[in-house]
Amino acid sequence: MTETPTPAPSRSRAKQSPATLGVKRFLFHLVLIAAAMVMIYPLLWMLSASLKPLDEIFADPGLIPSSWEWGNYADGWNALPHPFEKYIWNSMVIVAGSILGNLVSCSMAAYAFARLKFPMRGMLFAIMLGTIMLPIHVVIIPQYILFNNLGWVDTFWPLIVPKLLATDAFFIFLMVQFIRGLPKELDEAASIDGCGYWGTYLRVIMPLCMPALATTAIFTFIWTWNDFYSQLIYLRDVDLQTVPLALRLFMDSTGTTNWGALFAMSIVALGPIFGFFLAGQRYLVRGIATTGIK
Amino acid sequence: MTDNDVAVVRPKQRSSGAPPGPAASAPSPGPERARRRTGRSIRSRERWAALSFLSPWLIGLLAITIGPMIASFYLSFTDYSLGYGEWVGGENYARMFEDPRLANAIKVTAVYTFVSVPLQLAAALLLAIVLDRGLRGMAFYRSIFYLPSLLGGSVAIAIMWRQVFGTEGLVNQVLAIFGIQGEGWVSHPDYALGTLIILHVWTFGSPMIIFLAGLRQIPTMYYEAAKIDGAGVMQRFVSVTLPLLTPIIFFNLVLQIINSFQSFTQAFIISSGKGGPADSTMFLTLYLYDQGFTQFDMGYASAIAWLLLAIIAIFTALNFLMSKFWVFYGDND
Repeated sequence: MTETPTPAPSRSRAKQSPATLGVKRFLFHLVLIAAAMVMIYPLLWMLSASLKPLDEIFADPGLIPSSWEWGNYADGWNALPHPFEKYIWNSMVIVAGSILGNLVSCSMAAYAFARLKFPMRGMLFAIMLGTIMLPIHVVIIPQYILFNNLGWVDTFWPLIVPKLLATDAFFIFLMVQFIRGLPKELDEAASIDGCGYWGTYLRVIMPLCMPALATTAIFTFIWTWNDFYSQLIYLRDVDLQTVPLALRLFMDSTGTTNWGALFAMSIVALGPIFGFFLAGQRYLVRGIATTGIK
Repeated sequence: MTDNDVAVVRPKQRSSGAPPGPAASAPSPGPERARRRTGRSIRSRERWAALSFLSPWLIGLLAITIGPMIASFYLSFTDYSLGYGEWVGGENYARMFEDPRLANAIKVTAVYTFVSVPLQLAAALLLAIVLDRGLRGMAFYRSIFYLPSLLGGSVAIAIMWRQVFGTEGLVNQVLAIFGIQGEGWVSHPDYALGTLIILHVWTFGSPMIIFLAGLRQIPTMYYEAAKIDGAGVMQRFVSVTLPLLTPIIFFNLVLQIINSFQSFTQAFIISSGKGGPADSTMFLTLYLYDQGFTQFDMGYASAIAWLLLAIIAIFTALNFLMSKFWVFYGDND
């Protein structure tokens, strides 16, 4: 690997014996492990608290419960007006719609920007990049009025329709970058073989874009699953509450009574993200490294 | 959507080349200019194809982004609450100057941003440099440090944070081991914002990944050359790594400042939606939500939205202006 200088004190490296280097490396790992522990300890603490008896949660900073209270999960699952699967289902519906919308609409726009020539392409591309940085807060009020007039408040439409219309421009950018990296000769070959633009898009570009599509799907999942602001604004009906809204409801309604159950449901809420993190890390890291957005 | 395929098979029939866009009616040119017509028809077919591929995005841009932006600007000059509005000129903007809660919200947001972003980026840079040494288990450490930034935006983490820094939370339990009696950090006006700043710093994983990618781009020969010239570890860091990394640092800085001005969820959850205690976690975004969606004073809320946009734009512009003095883009000549 490349040898990169670090601020770590290792001035007289040339004179070090292999043994001291080994010790040094060991200490280095020790420090890193300690730092990593501090980073994830709160998560482990919450996981263990979700299994602890109530009186133990706020008394013992350790991780091993004296008795395993699986009942916290059952309690939390049924603590709200609906069983928790209802909120998971609602979240999943929005997530599925968002993923589908982003995959289709953003890849279409990306193909046009990356491969087709049309008037005002540069300007439209610049506008597209500009919308990535536009705070949602600037448009949320008129959007709310618009969707309210359409009768869409307290439905999932305000959360899904914008994705069908490629408003997550970040993903367009991600896919444009990716498509530009594909050899143009492929398009030409497809065109000689009789593929039109749609044929090229569907049969040549999309199959090669799988890594970018996977990154898009994973990020859309995580962002939509975590999204709180727009769901808070558009979904007030108890039957339409999603996982984040349910957690908030849970927290505000229980006050300071049933922390074990609240933590249990928080763990349930984090579970899918953690799963995607484990399964799709490669795509996540690449997505961040190439476009620079979390 | 087979129009294009048809058009390719029979290239002379140009009108069929137009995909279902808005009223495709191209005038058919005279037969004597057949060759040029073909060239032009290919170009126009490409345009129509581009339009159809772009149409979802264009509709979204007009209906969900630009339209609402214009509407928001208009609303900021009205006294508007759902279904009822009245033009009041610059009154909403004048009102800002006599609104102590707004001034406080600006201050809280600014403190949050300008304390948490540098700390977060410093942590990200430090860990990236350490991990870039190519130690065994690097992927494992990277994952652990990255995980919080994926989870950090969720309500579940905010709930966790509220308890970790609660009166009897994890932090105070640990402090108690050392015989220190801690505060109820999230419920104390002096410390509540601090807990949010720590939460932001905790999510340093994504800028760290960007730094790691940037470090990979630095050619090894620079280090070798510096070594031959007798530069020590520290000097190589200051004279090689840092200057070559400044574009990435700048990029992260711009991005994180823009993001942190828009933070909402964590402050909302930790303060139960009230921005408390004593407005100490009342971000501009929370105040906007409070005015727009609790008081339904949507005109004033729109004005606040434009204030937020203006602040973000000013700081981004400043960032770009100042970048001339410290960002090093290498010699492109």
